Amino acid sequence: MAETVKLTINGKQIEAEKGTLLIEVARQNGIEIPAFCYYQNLSLQAACRMCLVEVEKTPKLQVGCTLPVAEGMVVHTDSEVVRQSRKGMVELLLTNHPLDCPVCDKGGECELQDMTFRYGLGESRFVERKQHVDEEQWSPVVYFDRPRCIMCYRCVRVCNEGLDVTALGVGNRGVVSQILPNFHDHLECDECGACIDICPVGALTSGAYRYKTRPWEMHHVGTICTHCADGCRTTLGVRNEKIIRGNNRDSSGINGEFLCVKGRYAFDFTEHPERLQSPLMRAGGRLEPVSWSQALEAVAKKFIEVKQGSGHFGVIGSCHTTNEENFYLQKFARQVLGTKNVDHHRSGDLATLFDALTDRGKVLATVEDLANAKAVLVVASDLAQQHPMLANQIRASRRLRGARVYTVTPGPVREDKNAVASVRVQKGGELAGIESLRDKLKAESDLTIVFGDAIQGESLRKLIAFGDSLGLAVKYICLVDYSNSRGAFDMGLIPRDGGLSREQMLARDLDVLWVVGANPLKEVRGESKAGFLVVQDLFLTETAQRADIVLPAASAYEKTGTVTNVCGEVQKLKAAINVMGPKADLEIMGLIAREMGPAAVRTLGMWLPDKVFEEIRKTVHGYDVPMPVVATGGAAPTMPLNGRVAALPGSISSAGDTLFTSGTLGRYSKVLNSVMESPGALYEEKGRHS
Amino acid sequence: MLAAYPEGRKRSAVVPMLIYAQDETGAVTPELIAEVAKRCEVEPLQVDEVVGYYSMLHRKPLGKYHVQVCTNISCLLVGGEELYEHAKKKLGIGNKQVTADGQFSLEEVECMGACSWAPAVEINYDFHHYVTPERLDQLIDALRKAN
Amino acid sequence: MPTTLYNEPSPLETKVLSKRFGLENSHRLDTYLAHDGFKAFLKARQMTPEQIVEEVKTSALRGRGGAGFPTGLKWSFVPRTSPKPKYIVINADESEPGTCKDRLLMEYDPHQLIEGILIAGLAMDAHKGYLYIRGEYRYLIDHTDRAIGEAYSKGYLGKNIAGTGFDFDLYTHSGAGAYECGEETALLDSLEGKRGIPRMKPPFPAVAGAWASPTLLNNVETFSAVPNIIRDGGAAFAALGTPKNGGTRLVCISGHVNKPGVYELPLGYPMLKAIYEVAGGIPGGKKLKAVVPGGSSCPLLKAEECDIPMDYDTLAKAGSMLGSGGMVVLDETTDMVKFALRIMRFYAHESCGWCIPCREGTTWLRKILQRFDDGGGRKEDIPVLGEVSKNMLGRTFCALGDAAAMPTISIVEKFREDFEKRLAGASRASELVTV
Ligand SMILES: Cc1cc2nc3c(=O)[nH]c(=O)nc-3n(C[C@H](O)[C@H](O)[C@H](O)COP(=O)(O)O)c2cc1C
Ligand code: SF4
Ligand code: FES
Repeated sequence: MAETVKLTINGKQIEAEKGTLLIEVARQNGIEIPAFCYYQNLSLQAACRMCLVEVEKTPKLQVGCTLPVAEGMVVHTDSEVVRQSRKGMVELLLTNHPLDCPVCDKGGECELQDMTFRYGLGESRFVERKQHVDEEQWSPVVYFDRPRCIMCYRCVRVCNEGLDVTALGVGNRGVVSQILPNFHDHLECDECGACIDICPVGALTSGAYRYKTRPWEMHHVGTICTHCADGCRTTLGVRNEKIIRGNNRDSSGINGEFLCVKGRYAFDFTEHPERLQSPLMRAGGRLEPVSWSQALEAVAKKFIEVKQGSGHFGVIGSCHTTNEENFYLQKFARQVLGTKNVDHHRSGDLATLFDALTDRGKVLATVEDLANAKAVLVVASDLAQQHPMLANQIRASRRLRGARVYTVTPGPVREDKNAVASVRVQKGGELAGIESLRDKLKAESDLTIVFGDAIQGESLRKLIAFGDSLGLAVKYICLVDYSNSRGAFDMGLIPRDGGLSREQMLARDLDVLWVVGANPLKEVRGESKAGFLVVQDLFLTETAQRADIVLPAASAYEKTGTVTNVCGEVQKLKAAINVMGPKADLEIMGLIAREMGPAAVRTLGMWLPDKVFEEIRKTVHGYDVPMPVVATGGAAPTMPLNGRVAALPGSISSAGDTLFTSGTLGRYSKVLNSVMESPGALYEEKGRHS
Repeated sequence: MLAAYPEGRKRSAVVPMLIYAQDETGAVTPELIAEVAKRCEVEPLQVDEVVGYYSMLHRKPLGKYHVQVCTNISCLLVGGEELYEHAKKKLGIGNKQVTADGQFSLEEVECMGACSWAPAVEINYDFHHYVTPERLDQLIDALRKAN
Repeated sequence: MPTTLYNEPSPLETKVLSKRFGLENSHRLDTYLAHDGFKAFLKARQMTPEQIVEEVKTSALRGRGGAGFPTGLKWSFVPRTSPKPKYIVINADESEPGTCKDRLLMEYDPHQLIEGILIAGLAMDAHKGYLYIRGEYRYLIDHTDRAIGEAYSKGYLGKNIAGTGFDFDLYTHSGAGAYECGEETALLDSLEGKRGIPRMKPPFPAVAGAWASPTLLNNVETFSAVPNIIRDGGAAFAALGTPKNGGTRLVCISGHVNKPGVYELPLGYPMLKAIYEVAGGIPGGKKLKAVVPGGSSCPLLKAEECDIPMDYDTLAKAGSMLGSGGMVVLDETTDMVKFALRIMRFYAHESCGWCIPCREGTTWLRKILQRFDDGGGRKEDIPVLGEVSKNMLGRTFCALGDAAAMPTISIVEKFREDFEKRLAGASRASELVTV
């Protein structure tokens, strides 16, 4: 423990680490020092002057947000003069504030409202005319209402320091100074909305949320974002079975407050008008709506027929569906249909990774490990685009704890900006690039290697050998694409024991191809080769269009279950809304089984997420995670190592999604399609110097 | 200009570069911002921030002769305000406006360091001390004629 | 370049810094060399840095930029042995209303300033200096650049200065219109190419100033005094003034006087004598109403408070400040509402906007005063003026907020009747917006 000092706040004896900011010490001891501009983990501003307190033996009021505590300090945070000062500040702040709380999105959640209520003067002596300035739209998702802004600079800091995007600045000076977007009248940025979230007042509002509701009319559901593999926790604001807002203001989850544009806004695919509402069955060459019972019966009949006949099945699962669904699906395939032809779109070489790391301890980094890493090596990934939250963690570790970052990528990436060293390599040259960093990396005290799909098979084994040769603690993160890519692999949606890979299945004339939540025919021309194609999905994807039967599925925001993120951490989904037409994939599978007869149901067990998860915990290697952690919304790391994993047929490649795409779901998000950056490109210098 | 500053501190040249360039181009245009950003190795936004802050940087062109009348305290006491009112009438424009022919612009400015020789007027970068309305007329007429 | 002076000198002056003013081509290097130029530098080269700093301490020189901080003490704060490069920054932003002296020092005697900077360079082991000149003084930037060029060409700047083996580079840097950039840390931000926003202290510029390196920052006049101090000894300079208030300073007298001008007077010079004798008294035999003793940031003194010697400590005792030497004289006809308004218009225009109390307070006060001046004043406004000012005082990020509050408080308290007089004629109260 570092050196401590004793001080007195409001007569209370307090011991605190020397040099800690007074405002923090007070907060830790349950004493509120109000502040607008002070924000944990962002640089100090001392601009709002709300935090002024009395410190004995100093003539002027002292700034609580920048004052380090010292031995013997005697502080008063609630004396007459301090209260008077705060009243004065609030009164000054409100002089040009429009006081339009009734029509302000922030009303009810506004720090200025709260502060005025708690510390303000009952009335203002300000009788002058206010300066009105029209609201500006800076992007489809960012609106700026200047008179409401209190100039706390939080947005500027979160954008510059937090995101490393520098899309916001401060223009003009004096009373007309204002927050400025990077293209003078509009923003070109990550559109992550962190600025909106962090704004204590209603100055920055979201195009996706504004004027839709009053905050107190929503209820809030904490669940996991379904767009990429990072597994950010998002709190969905729901009103009348409609998701209205996503944020993570309570900092729960592995992402803290962070969300990218997808996590914050791209829940809107759920209400896209093209969302499938009822099962479809091919009749006379066209897909026609049918009832659930007709559809299920037809599927079951076909399954039984083929099972009793050729037995040529192919099953392609999803990177978005839950662990329970994936587990149930592979069990269905193997034990009910009797096929080994099970696969999903694999975007990272987990098989080789797990095999190569056999007999190691904890060498798979969790998000928290990454945050605490002293050095990080990013290989073959445009992390800020493809794994926004991991990139954010790395930035935070560098900024707050001085972590050292290295990059080995085919083109420029955002991490370069603050990297100790950046190496540009052609595809295939990654290992040579890493080798060139050997001496620098050797000097680190630990290292986390984060690598993309370019590192697979032999080169992955060589990477691990390289890691071993450094003589320091090395951890790994194998990047995969989607919200449950990792779970799909772990649950066994893989062609082991001689099963056919995804490509092989698509190339063969199988009698039945069953596709759950995937779009493998997207790039394939012509008819499906399968004799009978069953597709479960939210939309009529390229694959679903060629199906014989399409079953409308519920999205991640409409069901419960668990997913495993890129770092192998299991988290729980919570349904935010109920849907009428579609059903959760687990339920669909259960109902197919029921149609097939009691034996199938007996084999598979009930299609209840909790039951299936229990079975997963018992039977899936490394998934014996503590229930309370998962049940309370925590992230439980899995331990998939220490069992040999056989090599698998088929290819591994990332879909190459960017910040503004996420496969099919992203295509159906209005917000993602509306931002001008969409769809973005990887490894490109952001064209800000236009 | 960039060479004056320590290694890696090109940003330091932003303000002087802007004002010297403005003298050439007449105004700070988006193109100028982009150019300064490039030369000083900063984001255009960071130049934009600076442009709004400094009162001598303008996004719209001023007149060929920018008449700046100080009305701050020392000048105020000895007729600065009257002088400014006179200038408005003489030029037929208000604060920060430009005459139709683009020849003159007018600005009521803050103290410009001529307090002991007040009231003072600065036309472009030339100081004029002890200025009376008559003197101002002469100055302006002479400039008009010079064209 | 002018060799004629802007105002006649006064026989009552004690000419130390300004002794070359009025000489033909006083700004030229050869003129400077012919009149003691660079003797102090050569002397300082023989001294240890500690001895130089000690000499400055002995001189009781206090910063001429406004705050009056003891210069020698400030010089001793710079960690001379730091491995980082050290910088000398010269504050030539001269923007405090009422102040017009640095202009003359640069115009008439730029080499005196350069020599002062070089001596500071010796004392700090610094080899680069930046002369931050306000943008409005473009002619002076050009002028100083020429002087710097002359010094380079004759070996008084650059490598191996005057054969002493000491290297120093000096550059001018233009501001672009911002009073706040006179505040030392805002100046540094501006020098670094940013908006002129003051910095958090600590760290002080002495430790982390320009580009995060140790930086010595002083006003033009402060540096200009240094050659005299080194050449003739700190004690001789100190003896010109009063205890702890060494030397002479350039007092800029303006407003209602017969002979406004910049005059070099010793510290502790009687204020009334300055007004009535040096500056020739008040025109038309009018009575004195008030004095702004040292620039618009200082609380005003009423006529009856003016019978005092002008040094830092006496002015502080009188509830005001010696500030930047901008002394503005107001006769009995002065309308204090108008005067207060003009001051507040200035501060509202120049507030950088960083902190709430200054940004919002100056504008609010400006609006009230404007309304008052327009004839819409209310009785309730008078105490509000004082209270809002007090809500700013000591609570803003930098001293600009104080600078706006202090004169206002003094005007409202000392000249309340001027406000009350305006109430009688008030007619536009209906314009008020009530919330
Ligand atoms: C708002 C504000 C404006 C200032 N303007 C100037 C200025 O124009 N010139 C100046 O020399 N000092 C100015 N100062 C004082 C400087 O901050 C600083 O104290 C001074 O330059 C230090 O030099 P000195 O010790 O030689 O006086 C200003 C201070 C404040 C708070
Ligand atoms: S007091 Fe505040 S707003 Fe005013 S100039 Fe200083 S920091 Fe800026
Ligand atoms: S929190 Fe301290 S000044 Fe804003």
